[in-house]
Amino acid sequence: MEYILIIIGTVLVSNIVLANFLGICPFLGVSGKISTAAGMGGAVLFVMTIATIVTWLIQNYILNPFGLGFLQTISFILVIAALVQAVEIILKKVSPPLYQALGVFLPLITTNCAVLGVALLVIQRDYDLISGTVYAVGNSLGFLLALVLFAGIREHLELMDVPKGMRGMPIALVVAGILALAFSGFANLVAF
Amino acid sequence: MNQWQNFSKGFFKENAVFVMLLGMCPTLAITNSAINGLGMGLATTFVLVMSNLSISLIKDLIPAKVRIPTFIVVIASFVTVVDLVMAGYAPALHEQLGIFIPLIVVNCVVLGRAEAFASKNTVVSSIIDGAGMGLGFAMALTLLGAVRELLGNLSLFGFKFIEADGILVFILAPGAFIALGFMIALVNRITKKV
Repeated sequence: MEYILIIIGTVLVSNIVLANFLGICPFLGVSGKISTAAGMGGAVLFVMTIATIVTWLIQNYILNPFGLGFLQTISFILVIAALVQAVEIILKKVSPPLYQALGVFLPLITTNCAVLGVALLVIQRDYDLISGTVYAVGNSLGFLLALVLFAGIREHLELMDVPKGMRGMPIALVVAGILALAFSGFANLVAF
Repeated sequence: MNQWQNFSKGFFKENAVFVMLLGMCPTLAITNSAINGLGMGLATTFVLVMSNLSISLIKDLIPAKVRIPTFIVVIASFVTVVDLVMAGYAPALHEQLGIFIPLIVVNCVVLGRAEAFASKNTVVSSIIDGAGMGLGFAMALTLLGAVRELLGNLSLFGFKFIEADGILVFILAPGAFIALGFMIALVNRITKKV
């Protein structure tokens, strides 16, 4: 039950993009088409889950026992950067179709603050390994949902007659604001 | 390009937030008041100047293949410095900015300047570039924070003008997107005359 609440909480109530402002760059950058948005979301789901597990193990088995807490930022970002490279190489070898679908998005993920952000939040909130993993899966599903919804709206927006000054990014941001407003309707769904 | 142009481009022509649309996560997340925007902007400026300085100093020693990881380690070190100094001397601000302090590491502005400018230019120009870009970023964040605070709470830098409730939504998440959207439209209107 606890895990279901975490999933609902992260996907709907405090959505990673629309309420917590993590991963805004890919949210605005690769949301032109639904298919690319889904690909990016899938790649984030993959990397974020693995990164959270690995960083949790590093924090609890290396940094904490040796009193190296101040190295948290440096070690996490290096691990994530290395992990993205490793995932890319392994995926290329093991599952070419999956690599075809996610490959182009993987290098972009290193500087996706959602991955580092979730890894840090899991440590901050003192989750155990399983809750932390569920939290990461929930957050990446929330990212996927927000990205696909937003891409769907932007596809329609292409055909609209938008005032000149608002074309492109300004109208996209206002639309994202309205989407965030819609999501804030879930605010009291579960206490999270 | 003289040094004044090098400094001032970060404010208008190549402003990180309004023109280049970089560093959007902190821009949207912590600008619910002008003071938070200013704090975040200055923290980022410090990291930018120091990382530009160090990277331009060691640029000839870094092999091209591992330059990005090297940049990230340099940037992460200065972010850790900011994080610890702020936790020690400005705990209230540190609490407010929370997770977005360590996340300066993945701010595209910082890595972008390291890759595009500091790795190709002299130490002095790199410092000036970092200061200009950073202060331009701080200016944008403070402006956005001021607009949101003014509309949402009827106050500025914590001074309340009218004892009444503002438009609450501008303090909350949706207001960040909407306010930034209209501000970018305004900047487009001024610079490109559309």
